[in-house]
Amino acid sequence: MSLDKDTVRKVASLARIKMSDEELDKYGPQLNNIIGFVEQLAEVDTDNVEPLPSPVDIALRLREDVVNDGGCAEDVLANAPEEMEDFYVVPKVVE
Amino acid sequence: MAQLIQGNTGEWEIVIGMEVHAQVTVQSKLFSGASTEFGASPNSQVSLVDAAMPGMLPVLNEKCVEQAVRTGLGLNAKINTYSVFERKNYFYPDLPQGYQISQFLHPIVGTGEIEIDLPDGSVKTIGITRLHLEQDAGKSLHDQHPSKSFVDLNRSGCALMEIVSEPDIRGAEEAAAYLSKLRMILQYLGTCNGNMEEGSMRADVNVSVRKPGDELGTRCEIKNVNSVKAVQMAIDYESRRQVEIIEDGGSIKQETRLWDPNKGETRSMRSKEEAHDYRYFPDPDLLPLEFEQSWVDEIKQTLPELPDEKKHRFMQSYGLGTYDASVLIAARARADYFESVANDRDAKMAANWVINELLGVLNKNGKELEDSPISAEQLGGLIDLIADDTISGKIAKDVFADMFETGKDPAAIVEEKGLKQVTDTGAIEAIVDEVIAENPDNVEQYRSGKDKLFGFFVGQVMKKSQGKANPAVVNDLLKKKLS
Repeated sequence: MSLDKDTVRKVASLARIKMSDEELDKYGPQLNNIIGFVEQLAEVDTDNVEPLPSPVDIALRLREDVVNDGGCAEDVLANAPEEMEDFYVVPKVVE
Repeated sequence: MAQLIQGNTGEWEIVIGMEVHAQVTVQSKLFSGASTEFGASPNSQVSLVDAAMPGMLPVLNEKCVEQAVRTGLGLNAKINTYSVFERKNYFYPDLPQGYQISQFLHPIVGTGEIEIDLPDGSVKTIGITRLHLEQDAGKSLHDQHPSKSFVDLNRSGCALMEIVSEPDIRGAEEAAAYLSKLRMILQYLGTCNGNMEEGSMRADVNVSVRKPGDELGTRCEIKNVNSVKAVQMAIDYESRRQVEIIEDGGSIKQETRLWDPNKGETRSMRSKEEAHDYRYFPDPDLLPLEFEQSWVDEIKQTLPELPDEKKHRFMQSYGLGTYDASVLIAARARADYFESVANDRDAKMAANWVINELLGVLNKNGKELEDSPISAEQLGGLIDLIADDTISGKIAKDVFADMFETGKDPAAIVEEKGLKQVTDTGAIEAIVDEVIAENPDNVEQYRSGKDKLFGFFVGQVMKKSQGKANPAVVNDLLKKKLS
């Protein structure tokens, strides 16, 4: 599998990365190199093999339903570029 | 009773599938310990996990899993003891992670079905495709500022159950019945409060049209439909729009459309199209969710009697009709109230008083059953007074009005106001004689065959007795004396 320039452009746009034509020409082949490397794995026969979610045989940890977090609006908003009355303020996003 | 649309080229059938997002009733969020309570001040219920700060890890709330299983059982669905959380990737300011943790290939609940009740009294089965757990997004306010949006992440990370139906729904009426029934089941189970105004339950509606018997048409997904009424209006609008386009020679484009309740129309959300590439993959922060079938069985033991079972039991053991039974089971509290009233009494009479009198007057006063000034015991007491002939049904209505006003016991009101029914034949006979003596003309007409006048005599006797004469005794005596 090899990605053409339009696909690379789409991947970049889905990841919200702005790329010029020159950059697409530069990064497209690099991305294809990585894909080529990963594709070697496809050569291994994995028929009838269940996916392995974790190399360690442990179960998912669950937590009890108790409220023990939150109440820290100040901390949560500390890095916000803009805030007002404890809201995050962002450029208008509605259509 | 599928609803058909009459177009210029014949009849069209509306095909609908629904995706309902129901907020899970729990104290804390799906993957964090922040509170889920509605209406808190902005960003006060946000943990660093919900704000997607670097290095924060999600830890699954076990109660959310239990509630999802409970709901699945209530939908007669297959419970998957193995399910996987995946990342659904997209960008929006109210989604700080840049992805929503959801379930995709392996949902926690598989296929099931529910019965819906249609207005003509018939019942239809609607298939459930799946139910999965996922995170809710935050909330954006767009009307506070001309060029800015305000974001509150309190809802971000709250647990949702997305319940997807099969495209079995035909028309707005069935869609409304489906939504109502689903909400009722969730409320009975205690897994979602079903409050559509607060957004605890939201519906996306997939609509397509076709000529009856044809293949499925291209569908449009309508978002932002937030009440049962809006669902009906949106379907009516959207199906007509599609029929018009097809009949004008056009074709339907598969897209997401937004319901605008102010304008009463759906419109395209073009920007959503480009983004419809979610690149799902298993969330590397979370292992697959696995549990034992025995745990599912334990939960099953704790399920309450569900609306349909209750309805059937009310019809069988109380002898109620479908309509009365459906009204009584619409809310669990209402069904419980009725059962207390009906306990050891005439059930049909109890149903009548609860539905026609109590619910009627509560509705008129804008009150809920929970705020009823008349308790189930008091209403039962009133019925007892009718049953043992202490008061007539007619007087009972006055006593009932008094009870609603004052909250007093029926026996006390009857005593206080001297409303006890006169069953003493001698006393009633005197009144009957009086009435006959005062109306010789009518007596003559009645005897010469004008049967309808009988009611006039009954009315006169009741009037003279101030409504307290036992109607059965009055009838007997009048019949005897007038013949």
